[in-house]
Amino acid sequence: MPPHPQTWLRVTPAGLFCEPGGFYIDPGRAVDRAIITHGHSDHARPGHTAVLATAETLAVMRARMGAGSGETQQALGYGETLDLKGVSVTLRPAGHVLGSAQVVMEWRGARAVVSGDYKRRHDPTCPPFEPVSCDVFVTEATFALPVFTHPPALEEARKLLDSVALFPERTHVIGAYSLGKAQRMIAILRALGWEAPIWLHGGLIPLCALYQEFGVELGELLPATVANKASLVGAIVIGPPSAVADKWARRLNEPVLCMASGWMRLRQRAKQGGVELPMVISDHADWPELLATADDVQAPEIWITHGREDALIHALGLRGIKGRALHLVGLGEDEE
Amino acid sequence: MSIPAFATLLERLLFSPGRHAKLALLRQWFETQADPDRGVGLAAIAGELSFRTAKPGLFRALIAERTDPVLFAMSYDYVGDLAETIALLWPRDARANAPPPGLAEVVETLELAARGEVPAIIAGWLDTLDAGGRLALIKLVTGGLRVGASARLAKTALAEWSGHPVNDIEEVWHAVPTPYLPLFAWLEGRGPKPDPEGQPVFRPLMLAHPLEEADIANLTPADWAAEWKWDGIRVQLTAGPGGRRLWSRGGENISASFPEIVHAMDFHAVADGELLVLRDGVVAPFSDLQQRLNRKSPTAKMLAEYPAAVRLYDLLFEAGEDLRPLPFDTRRARLEAWHASAAPALMDLSELIAFDSFETLESLRAGARAASMEGLMLKRRDSAYEAGRMRGKWWKWKRGTQNVDAVLMYAQRGHGKRSSFYSDYTFGLWRDDGELVPVGKAYSGFTDAELLFLDKWVREHTTKRFGPVREVERGLVLEVEFDAAQRSSRHKSGVAMRFPRIARIRRDKPAEEADRLETLLAMIPGR
Repeated sequence: MPPHPQTWLRVTPAGLFCEPGGFYIDPGRAVDRAIITHGHSDHARPGHTAVLATAETLAVMRARMGAGSGETQQALGYGETLDLKGVSVTLRPAGHVLGSAQVVMEWRGARAVVSGDYKRRHDPTCPPFEPVSCDVFVTEATFALPVFTHPPALEEARKLLDSVALFPERTHVIGAYSLGKAQRMIAILRALGWEAPIWLHGGLIPLCALYQEFGVELGELLPATVANKASLVGAIVIGPPSAVADKWARRLNEPVLCMASGWMRLRQRAKQGGVELPMVISDHADWPELLATADDVQAPEIWITHGREDALIHALGLRGIKGRALHLVGLGEDEE
Repeated sequence: MSIPAFATLLERLLFSPGRHAKLALLRQWFETQADPDRGVGLAAIAGELSFRTAKPGLFRALIAERTDPVLFAMSYDYVGDLAETIALLWPRDARANAPPPGLAEVVETLELAARGEVPAIIAGWLDTLDAGGRLALIKLVTGGLRVGASARLAKTALAEWSGHPVNDIEEVWHAVPTPYLPLFAWLEGRGPKPDPEGQPVFRPLMLAHPLEEADIANLTPADWAAEWKWDGIRVQLTAGPGGRRLWSRGGENISASFPEIVHAMDFHAVADGELLVLRDGVVAPFSDLQQRLNRKSPTAKMLAEYPAAVRLYDLLFEAGEDLRPLPFDTRRARLEAWHASAAPALMDLSELIAFDSFETLESLRAGARAASMEGLMLKRRDSAYEAGRMRGKWWKWKRGTQNVDAVLMYAQRGHGKRSSFYSDYTFGLWRDDGELVPVGKAYSGFTDAELLFLDKWVREHTTKRFGPVREVERGLVLEVEFDAAQRSSRHKSGVAMRFPRIARIRRDKPAEEADRLETLLAMIPGR
């Protein structure tokens, strides 16, 4: 009988630890050996000795933390398998951001999959999530309430273009996270036919350049500096959420503050943030996707790393699946 | 497609803080939507739709049939708003491929439906809509859109869109039933101007300009009539064979809140006056009137404790005759004669003040310290009654303002253009025990340069953050100017200011030397 993953995959103060393999997954503090699912700062922390991840994620980590991105880095492509002290490790696309991967581990015939963050929607900037059947599936639960059903992203983004047509003298500024959401937003606007240059807050430029190096088409991008103020009339500008609602945005002409986030589903959230045009565009699985994924991976047991686990555990229970909350500390701090 | 389009309009109105943006959104609605749906949308925004058969309980029952109770409870707890929770939770029925309903279809169907049929009809519509559309439908049929757009704003948008003056639209507004087909026909040049004859419609008011010291030198006393400016609310009383209405300054029908006034309107005329709470001939403070304004249907106790009355100062129509083109003096004479013969209960006349020079008048004004008097009104004796704010016809000469030096306590981000600035300020005064208690909030009065300074000061002296609010060090004194102080049970300090604004930033003054709460309390009249 294969060993149950709870005997070899444990929650420790540093994070999720694969004991026979001797490695952590997305550890919250510096460790000897880490596998990193993706480059968001709550998953990819600085200071590890050896880091294993996709080449894209390693590049993101280097861009974000330089020397802190691990003393040694090892790249593993999607679908490639590596043996770590008897544990076979394979990375599969998670569809969250560029380079995001699920970690598939097999030990003595038992299989566990750590999804990291994921979504099931189309994203032109990264390959889609691949379900892998397993004994234990470790999921996120950022949007684990039935009120979160993300509408089609293209329809949400079309609201922005309608608004640009209605208010041509104003500058539309979108708050979007610098890794993933910003680039997806740009790609969506391009898909909708917006061919004009898109203007960027300085904080977004390095990662957009990195996406382009990996072959993601983003069209013409220009820095939204004060010197360009006149050109920004009627333009679309993207910046980190913290900047677009603050002093930085004063260089813009009567800005329409837009926000692309799954949280925009709740009107109170949008109101509180002073958002004038909320767009419900998320890189996390919504409620139907979480349940569909539970069906797809056929795991009798699902562990939840972070998010709203109570509702998900209840809903999994109705499907005969055992849910367990891991209460991992530190995850979800950089969400949406 | 009109419910989805209406949902988009509501969502954008809700989130757009700026008036210009709201007007643009409404103009676009009138321009792009077809009759009768655009008129139904207009009626909903103007608050003129109501349905008897669809109550919130109905939606609660519908969602209970469709969701797991545990998940519903968790969701409602998380979202906080029942309509929004239901809109988000409603399971989309993949088999429903009917098109979403139109606005007019919703109104007509619900008017004709038997009560028992309504739940199934509404469930069928919800199945065809997305989350935004479902929320719009629920808000539409349960009433209360609450998207920050008033009837007046909608009329202003109609005026901008059509090129007709807003006051012309106001005059015919109440003569045209929803969905306003003759109104749109007129505005688009396809039909005649609707005729409000005989109907109790609102006539746009004549408004006054504030009088500056510099203006006084150019005025000749003999040309002007003077009255006290009472601190109530401006109302228009319209009564005749077509019905009775009490209108607020903005054309809102407030008849239901003041049944005793409507009952007393046993005449055929349109009059202009000030609505007050009057006890034994003495005008009560504005806060007493506020008690009544907040109630859609006052209890017998409210009617007894806060008795309303109207102080009349103009007559616009008498028995169908339009007096507005006549000079003020003639209208005044007609008003006095009419009041003497009609003798309506609960209504007296605003006395004219005799004066021979502006010096006399100014000393009268300075002497008027009663809370119920805001100052003086000056009306040009030969002026016709014209809608809007005509320069040089009517002046309001407000009593001097009062002020205190208060300490900045909290700052909150503004909206729209000011969303990157901490532009809403809560300030406090010292209590005898050394505690600083908040006494008010202001978000105007300062210059752009002062706003930059205040924003920077707030950022550099923040001690705590609560969402969009920052608590700051007690280190900045603001001179706050206001019209009057009044007793308040809602404020910890027991006092509230009317129209507070930041007059000056007192960087020279140490916080501990700011005013005591006692100073402000002493400014409450009749305390």
